[in-house]
This record gives sequence, structure tokens and C-alpha cells, in this order.
Amino acid sequence: MSEAVSRRRAIALAGAGVAGIAGVAAIGGAAIRSAADEEPTTADSAIGAVPFTGEHQAGIITPAQDRLHFVAFDVITKDRDRLVSMLKEWTAAAARMTAGKDAGPIGAVNGIAEAPPDDTGEALDLPPAGLTITVGFGPTLFRDANGKDRFGLAGKLPAALAPLPKFTGDTLEDAISGGDIGVQACANDPQVAVHAIRNLARIGMGVVSVRWSQLGFGRTSSTSKAQVTPRNLFGFKDGTRNLKAEEPELLRQHVWVQPADGPAWMAGGSYLVTRKVRMLVETWDRSPLAEQEMIIGRKKGSGAPAGRSDEFDEVDFDSVGADGEPLLAKTSHVRLAHPDSNKGARLLRRGYNFVDGSDGLGRLNAGLFFMAYQRDPRTAFVPVQRSLAANDEMNEYVRHVSSGLFACPPGVSGPDDFWGRALFA
Amino acid sequence: MRSTPRILALVAAGTLGGTLAACSGGKADDTAGAAGGPIAVKASDTACEVAKNTVDAGTTVFSITNGGSKVTEFYVYAPGDRVMAEVENIAPGLSRELHVELPAGSYETACKPGMIGKGIRNAFTVSGSAAPLAEDAKLKAATDNYSRYVKSQTAALETKTAEFVAAVKANDVAKAKALFPVARTYWERIEPVAEIFGDLDPRIDGREEVTEEGMKFGGFHRIEKDLWAAKPDVSKDGPIADQLLADVKEIVRKANAEPLSPLQLANGAKALLDEVASGKITGEEDRYSHTDLWDFNANIEGSKAAIAALRPVLDERAPDLAKTLDTEFANVDAALAKHRSGDGWKLHNELSQADLKALTDAINALAEPISKVAAVVAKK
Repeated sequence: MSEAVSRRRAIALAGAGVAGIAGVAAIGGAAIRSAADEEPTTADSAIGAVPFTGEHQAGIITPAQDRLHFVAFDVITKDRDRLVSMLKEWTAAAARMTAGKDAGPIGAVNGIAEAPPDDTGEALDLPPAGLTITVGFGPTLFRDANGKDRFGLAGKLPAALAPLPKFTGDTLEDAISGGDIGVQACANDPQVAVHAIRNLARIGMGVVSVRWSQLGFGRTSSTSKAQVTPRNLFGFKDGTRNLKAEEPELLRQHVWVQPADGPAWMAGGSYLVTRKVRMLVETWDRSPLAEQEMIIGRKKGSGAPAGRSDEFDEVDFDSVGADGEPLLAKTSHVRLAHPDSNKGARLLRRGYNFVDGSDGLGRLNAGLFFMAYQRDPRTAFVPVQRSLAANDEMNEYVRHVSSGLFACPPGVSGPDDFWGRALFA
Repeated sequence: MRSTPRILALVAAGTLGGTLAACSGGKADDTAGAAGGPIAVKASDTACEVAKNTVDAGTTVFSITNGGSKVTEFYVYAPGDRVMAEVENIAPGLSRELHVELPAGSYETACKPGMIGKGIRNAFTVSGSAAPLAEDAKLKAATDNYSRYVKSQTAALETKTAEFVAAVKANDVAKAKALFPVARTYWERIEPVAEIFGDLDPRIDGREEVTEEGMKFGGFHRIEKDLWAAKPDVSKDGPIADQLLADVKEIVRKANAEPLSPLQLANGAKALLDEVASGKITGEEDRYSHTDLWDFNANIEGSKAAIAALRPVLDERAPDLAKTLDTEFANVDAALAKHRSGDGWKLHNELSQADLKALTDAINALAEPISKVAAVVAKK
């Protein structure tokens, strides 16, 4: 062996032992597919590579992978050119890493002895693992807290990137909220996701500084009809009614920014809202099953909406029980979050369960790292969350502790393109 | 200080997976004797078999395989247990490589199963006089220049430590407190050089939690603890103070006799920033006095001096990198200048979390380009 070690090649050599799970075709076949919504990648890429380039960024309608590492950066340089060259370096590194290669062209172990390697090495011998890296720009990149135009981008600030309002009950911590740039790395191997974020942070040293980061295990949404609906830490199926990759018309309506929406650089992009939602699982766990099901509005076992028998049955808003009350409680999560209760507002949810150790009070620091993509938060996340914050019975068991908002540009078209090119043009 | 003295040693240890170790010819039997090939070291819990015990001067590569059940380390010592290079944390079953530039002379190799004690020693002889890296005239000038810097700093270190020790022995708490950060400034500027000399660094600058079993907590930080106690009392610290001065004198003598390589300068410049990032930003270095910013500034000055010595080489080989370093050094200075207080600095516990984050960002921005200097210097 004389050339750079390619992680993908290493896995190909490793043979069917691992590949057997997902089918060997994923390795060669995935690389030529497009990430565009017409032809979504499917879950056969559990260990294979998801294409990096495409009309939209990968990692949005890509079938939700099992693991997340999300990071929000502050931009610490004042030099626009340095920021742009870092975005170019990031894009190149992301293209390599999502293909299962080392972050830098030399690699973790092939450089000269005196230089630090251009890859940190912990993903050597691991497959691409369906890694996607998705980037978004926060409102503070455009104007700082004093309203100053930091990089000459203020004229390109999307109206849809207006700061989220304060919702009833919000207990947000500034230190783990916001950020100038958000990066979502999702993969089916946690080490691959962490490797991606760590290397971007390393490359960005001096230009950006990590503001906060969040690990997630266990997806809480399906973004493809091929996926089984997973469960959140309340034990309930989550994301049953989520927007799916197989619904291009709905995605156009609700997820992808359309050219007429403006600004031009966001056409084909999407807006990401992140909310770290601490769940008070200990008190939840001692509430009766009937109460849990009433609060959610679904059966805990099957996931069927209240009064129905199958998970995917339409929600029944009207039927009443023997007590004269609606079977689907007025304050249930399903009723309040349903599009019919929110002028048709829909989100593509892509959240992850988290447990950040314990809180020193004998409780798990656990919950849901909620992420949702949408065409315009002002008509999607904001009204839905406003309604939930005011009325949701579930609020007794959850605390929103972090919030983020990012404008995710469209996909990268090829080797000459980079994240944010149209924004910085 | 760091818990282990390894920074200046020309270390290039990579964790190698099985496949790659095979690529680099690390098989114990057939390549060990070949000139220029890595020297196989078979480490176990009870043995340390080094395939060759004589080499020619120049860069030697050891390939250490831990066949034992305990985590091990591998060292190359010059006389007096001066660490020339080391590789730490070799887990059972793993192979690591160690690159070290060795001039002609007598050395010892050591495996340390369990990472404790003197280790399993073997004699190791380097003969001949392969052209060392420093023969390039500009590189030679760089090491000469930096050696002069070391000389000036160590002289001041000895003087100021003597004053500090005198104040401690006179039980003059106020004066000793005032001199503590000043004497340490000269130490912190050249600390990576001091760290070459095994036990001396922990004796002078060791923190309480890194005091090894059988060793007494002494040195600067022991006296610091007593000076900044709720009821300061150094009346019993006379012997500790005497020992500190004796150790400082010994290290000053050794540091000035030590020929330095250009790579040591480059690695030392980076090591000083690592000191800041891991020990000073957190306030753990001077936890009783909170005078960490004095050390912080001294580390930066020392790093700058090493880079300055290498400047002609950098200007020639990597002018863009040299310019970036100028900018980032200036940014660090500006970030630090906000915390000036009189002739000195604010105390660590007077800084907010946001202040510390800003300093960390500035250090990271500088450390990244500095980590590239060694490769530039090593280029033939």
C-alpha cells in the first residue's frame, strides 16, 4: 500500500462482513446518484456514501441517519476574504469526508513527520456511514447585536431569517443558542459524525470558534417512507406525519425556498430551526399511561391517533367520548401541532434524542434536539410553536433551553462551487 | 508545567494501524538491521527488546510494538536522563513510531510498562557524524540566536528566583508575593527548554496533583500555596526555597549547555501556546495566586522569541506563513492588552467567561499557523 488510505477503500477491502447489512451496491452505486428531490437516496446507504453535490444540500431530505453532531460557530475574523476561503476549504473537506475519505488531501497518516496531519484520524477504517454535512448561516452573520453590517452581507439578509419571538415558557441559555454558522453532521456511525465536525472546527481555527455543539443519538423523525417511525425519549413514535422525501410537491410548498421568495441566493435552500428541548423524563415516567397518551394524542404502542387504530390513520378532531370531551384532547400535542390547526403549516422535522450525562440532581439531562427545515419559519415553526407554547399539556414535562436559526443555502453544484458562493458573490 | 516533559524532543509518533505499519516496513526481523529502516522495539511487561543498539548519527526511527498487557511508553535518554524523545500511551497490541534526531554519543532506551518507574533500560550508541539538520547556515544562525535568548532569560531567572527565595526565607510575605509572578516570567518564557531535563521541571514547577508518589510537593507552587493561604505562613518553607534555588541553578546550567536544534525551536514555540491553552486559560497553573496572566504573557513572549529566531528561514521558505504569524501574534497581544493592570495583569479570577473565550480564540488562531512551522523548518 503506497497511496493515501481511503476510508471507503478500506471498507471495500473489509468485505461483506459489514456490507452485508446494507447491500454492497450502496458503496459504488450511491456515489453517482443525485441529492435532488426527484431521486432521493434511500436507506441502503447505511454504510455507503450519500452524494455531496446536488440541487439541494444533502442532510435535509436524506433519510434521517441514526446519529447527529451539530455545531454552531461564531465567526471571529473581520476579514471577509478569510471567511470565504475557509468556506471553500470546508466545502472541499466535506466533499472528501462524505465520500469516506480523509478531510485533507494528504490524510491522517501520509504526511511528513514534523507536520500535524490534515485529518485527525479517528475515522480511518470506518465507512462513509451515510455522512451528510449541511451548512446554514445565522442572522448574526449579517448584522451583529449593534446592527453593524459585518461582512457587507446585510443587503442579502433574508426576511425569513427574522429572529424568532420569545415563546411562553422559554428558558433559553444564550451560551448554547444562536451562532453565525450552523453545521449539521449526520451519519450512521457516531464517530464519523464527530470526525466531520471536529475537522471542520480544526480547519476553521482562527476564522471561526465553536460556540456550542450537540450530540444526538437516535433519530426521532423519518424523512422517507422507507423508514420506520422512531421513538423519542417519551417513548412515543415521533414524526409520523413528517414531510417525506417521496413528496416532492409538498417539499416544494413547505421546505425548499422558491426563486420568487427571495433573496436569490437562497433559492433551493431551506431554513433550519434548532431547539434543544430538555425532557423531564423522571416525572414523565411516573405519569399514568392514559395521561401520557392524552398529552401526546396518540397510542403509545401503535402510534395511532386518539380514536383511531393505525399509526397512519388521519387524525380525528371531532369524535367525542362518553364524557362528552373530544377523544383527541384540546390540549394534546398532535392536535395543536397539526397543519389543520396552523393554517396548513408544515415542517420537515429531523430531530435527535440526546442524553448529556446527568444534572447533579439525580436526573438524566435528556431530551430532544429538535431540528426542522422549512421554506419560511415565520409561517411554519413560529405559529406552530406559539400555539404549542401557550397550550400544550406537554409543557409541564419539557423546557426549551437552546434555540438556533439558520439559512441553509442550496446544494453545491460541483468542484468549483462552495457553500455560500452566491451569498458572497 | 506539563505533566510530562516531551515537548521539545523531536517526536513524531503516529498511531499506526496494522496495514500501515506493514507498509513502512515495520516487520521486526527483516528490516531491523537494514540501514535507515525503523528499529523494531518489542515491548512487553517484562522485556524491552531493541533490535539494534548502534546507529549512525542523524534521524533514527523506532517502531515500538507493545506485546504486553500493560500500557507502555518508550524513551530515548541522553546521559543524566535527559529526554531526547518519548512516545507515550502505547496500548497493548498497538504499534507506534518515534522519530528522533540523535547526534553521536551514548544513550539509553527505556520501555516503561505501566508507565511508571525507571523502566527497562538498554544502552544505545550513536556513532559517526551524519550532517545534522542545523548545518544550513540560516538554521544555525537561528539556534545561535535562540541560545542567546535562553542565556539572557536564564540569567534573569536565577537572579529573580534568588530574590524570591530570600524574601521567603526572610518571611517577607508581601515582597515574596510581589516577586512570585516576576520570577516565573523568566521561567515561563523558556519552559519547553527546561522540560528537556526530566525531573527538574516537575521539581521546580510541579503542581500538587502531579507530584509523583514518593516525591514531595515543592517548588514554586508549594510556596505559592503557603503565600496565598488564608493565613500566609512561609516560616517553615526555608528548605523548600533553598531546594528551589538549587534546582533553578542546575537547570540554568544545563539549559545553557544544551545544543538546540531548529526543530526544537519550532516545536517549543507551539508548546508554549499549548501551555497557555491548557494551563493558563483555565487558571489551574497559578490556582492560589491567580497570577496566570503573567505566565500567559511570558509564554507568548517566549514563543515569539523562538519564531523570531527562525524568522530568516521562514521568510525564505514560507513568507505567507511568516506574515500570518505576525498578524496573529499582534491579535493575541491586543486581546491580552485589555487585561493590563498597572505594571502587571489582572488576576485570572477577575476575568469573565467571555474574556477567557476571546483569549482562547486568539490563541487558537495563532497556534494553528504555528503548528505548521516545524514542517517548514524540517524541509531540506
